[in-house]
Amino acid sequence: MHLAYPAVLAALLFAIGVYGVLARRNAILVLMSVELMLNAVNLNLVAFDVWLRDTLHAGQALTLFTIAIAAAEIGIGLAIVLMVHRNRGTSDIDRLRDTAEPPQPWDTATEDGATTDDTPTGEKAEATA
Amino acid sequence: MILAAARHVAQQAAQQPVLNQEAHGFLSPTGVEIAFLLVGLVTLGAALVTVTTRQLVHAALWLVVALGGLAVEYLILTAEFIAWVQVLIYVGSVVVLLLFGLMLTKAPIGHSPDADSRNRPVAAAVALAAAGALVWVVVDAFRTTWIDLDGAVQGSTEVSGEILFRHWVLPFEALSVLLLAALVGAIVLSRRKKEEQR
Repeated sequence: MHLAYPAVLAALLFAIGVYGVLARRNAILVLMSVELMLNAVNLNLVAFDVWLRDTLHAGQALTLFTIAIAAAEIGIGLAIVLMVHRNRGTSDIDRLRDTAEPPQPWDTATEDGATTDDTPTGEKAEATA
Repeated sequence: MILAAARHVAQQAAQQPVLNQEAHGFLSPTGVEIAFLLVGLVTLGAALVTVTTRQLVHAALWLVVALGGLAVEYLILTAEFIAWVQVLIYVGSVVVLLLFGLMLTKAPIGHSPDADSRNRPVAAAVALAAAGALVWVVVDAFRTTWIDLDGAVQGSTEVSGEILFRHWVLPFEALSVLLLAALVGAIVLSRRKKEEQR
């Protein structure tokens, strides 16, 4: 089989995952797109392992490790998303802007450090609880 | 001297693919390639629907199709064990976890118009640029290489178990510790605190 088939399929899957990560708003849909990207890498690993006929089968072993790490990642990621949803009532990435720099000119931001804290204090206290 | 040797190697490398090409025939796909192509098209389509649909639960279900298609691709590449691990872990547990997550975050079941953020055109441009560059490089690099799928199966359960527990034991054990730590961390993160402690 031509090696370009699995390589091109993996490249396209990776690009689709990139689009999903950048364009989606819900955190769980972003996690799904991350899974697509990881799977593209796995396909590459398997295809090149079969092509090279590696005696150690490093590609397949790494694929198994990647699958296990992806499972761990999805568990931790979902726990974090659930905690954010419990504290904030939303899992939209666009609305989680607490650590964003406030849009203000340079001179006032450097002079007056207290103005950076213009988010409602109740929301912050809830977030740290 | 070194240049001459390099040129000699380059000439050999240039002659090798020609023979290879003649042996395989250019642009005359075999049955395996056609099967791979069809399953790959299904996988790509399902992945596209996953990242573009506006119904969140449908996205998770289309992800099942995409991951299952990838499992079939692994089977075609004779990596049987990884194919079944893919079915077990991805289709069996990861997608179920994602569905649980969707339900626990009270995701809307039906049509949700705000599933995509405002920077969709930028995301599409970046993805198209990445796809174009990657496909160009990959096709240019591997135009004259073929995978030899005949002969012994590359990734049967016997082979995988042998290499995993003979050559990769230490990483395997480290990975099990990592998985344990991740699961304990997930439990600690998602545990509900008592009211008086908050």
